[in-house]
Amino acid sequence: MSSDIYRELILDYYRNPRNFGKLDPHDIDFKDSNPLCGDEIEMQVKVSPDGKMEDVKFIGKGCAISQASASMLTELAKGRPLEWVKELSRADILKMLGTSDLGPARIKCALLSMKVLKSGVYAYLGAALDESADH
Amino acid sequence: MRVLKTQTLEVDQIRKDFPILRRRVHGKRLVYLDNAATSQKPRSVIRAIADFYNKHNANPHRGVHQLSIEATEAFDSGRKKVVSFINASAFEEIVYTRSATESLNLVKYAWASHHVRKGDLIVLTIMEHHSNMVPWQLLAKEVGARLEYVGITPDGTLKYDEFDALMDQSPAMVAFTHCSNLLGTINDAARLCSSARRAGAVTVVDAAQSVPHMQVDVQKMGCDFLALSGHKMLGPTGIGVLYGRKKILQEMEPFESGGDMIKSVHLSGAEWNDLPYKFEAGTQNVEGAVGLAAAIDYLDSLGMDRVRRHEQELTAYALERMRGVPGITVYGPKEASKRGGVISFNLGDIHPHDLASILDEEGVAIRSGQHCAQPLTESLGLSATTRASFYVYNGRDDVDALMNALSKARRIFCL
Repeated sequence: MSSDIYRELILDYYRNPRNFGKLDPHDIDFKDSNPLCGDEIEMQVKVSPDGKMEDVKFIGKGCAISQASASMLTELAKGRPLEWVKELSRADILKMLGTSDLGPARIKCALLSMKVLKSGVYAYLGAALDESADH
Repeated sequence: MRVLKTQTLEVDQIRKDFPILRRRVHGKRLVYLDNAATSQKPRSVIRAIADFYNKHNANPHRGVHQLSIEATEAFDSGRKKVVSFINASAFEEIVYTRSATESLNLVKYAWASHHVRKGDLIVLTIMEHHSNMVPWQLLAKEVGARLEYVGITPDGTLKYDEFDALMDQSPAMVAFTHCSNLLGTINDAARLCSSARRAGAVTVVDAAQSVPHMQVDVQKMGCDFLALSGHKMLGPTGIGVLYGRKKILQEMEPFESGGDMIKSVHLSGAEWNDLPYKFEAGTQNVEGAVGLAAAIDYLDSLGMDRVRRHEQELTAYALERMRGVPGITVYGPKEASKRGGVISFNLGDIHPHDLASILDEEGVAIRSGQHCAQPLTESLGLSATTRASFYVYNGRDDVDALMNALSKARRIFCL
């Protein structure tokens, strides 16, 4: 990957993460980690009666890419219907981060937050996580 | 051309022996500083492996045909080189394994699981690599033994007083690393072994980070078992060594069972082969043993004392240069004489994985993460570190390249 990814925007989200913290009460709570890197993300979602993600917060630790990605994703998801998460793809995350490719070593850092949000929402909806949507 | 000569090794000459160092990474000269993970291979090692397959390949120990005799000779002469390299007292004391990890597991299965009992004490240190920690955690769980971990001082030195106090409790075994793969701390293995022996404990030394970098003499050290890895000392992957004192190896049950480790097999049972073959079941990694022997020849030609002096000099230079970097935290002993050529650090709030990516773009290969030492990383209050580790082909220009790349990272992260 190129270090161009570390633009001002990513660093700003890394150092001043939006929607960082716990959400109480919440309807969805899911946590996952990337054992290779040690990145950790936990996301909490408050679901409105009409099935929208009324509020989304996260806590976590890890590299700039994983943490900025999680913070940006909370902003992107907020106010959208739960169903929207099903359509979320790797390409959306890369676009959100403003990059076209991260390379095999770092792509997992970027995608951890999407994996956590999908897992949480799918568990909430009682549906099995569609692994194929990860790739 | 600038001559990169330290007082000890001629790095320019040495680099010519390592074909991979000619390649470029992202358009930059490869600056390989991940030697604690694995070392690069000199042409002589690569050639020795190819020569074995081109000229001598056969299954050793089984045939009377010419090639089998040559393969047996290659395998056993390789073992003799290991014997003298670590000054074992006999050929029988050197057992080939797949890796240092397998060597340690061999000790667990073939010795410890028969001798460590419920309520016994196992003493480890907090600075162990997972491979010298998890087998003993499993063992403790299986037999109901107790585990105690010796801690470290703020500068990463083992707390010898804590170790000595634990010896008063008569542990059954003690396992420790000779050189920490994260802090670089060199432990006084002879002192620890002598103290453990007086307490009646069997000693297991993880020498994966020491044997490649300094003169190790198992008789002077006085250990019962010592594990080492081939690929960290210029040899190929898939070959490791377990040194064991002859007396203790003789009393042990086999590890894996099958071909080659038996003397005779009857329908009613089997009789074990002589040492060291008792612990080497199945067709062995002959190319690995041949490659390791060539690596030992290469290191012998440099001289291990010179290798150690070279790395110490380079580490001192790197530590000195790092002291001038704003926002850097370096872990482990301050003095190069007390550490191997391993430097773990953090730079400001840059996560080690981000730092590794930025350094990679500059052709600088370092390791980031927990270095298979999660308990140690956490005890330092960290989630990860960045690690640079040196070997015989590294020179001051590599340290300079690392420092330039760190400056770039500081600029990118506005530190």
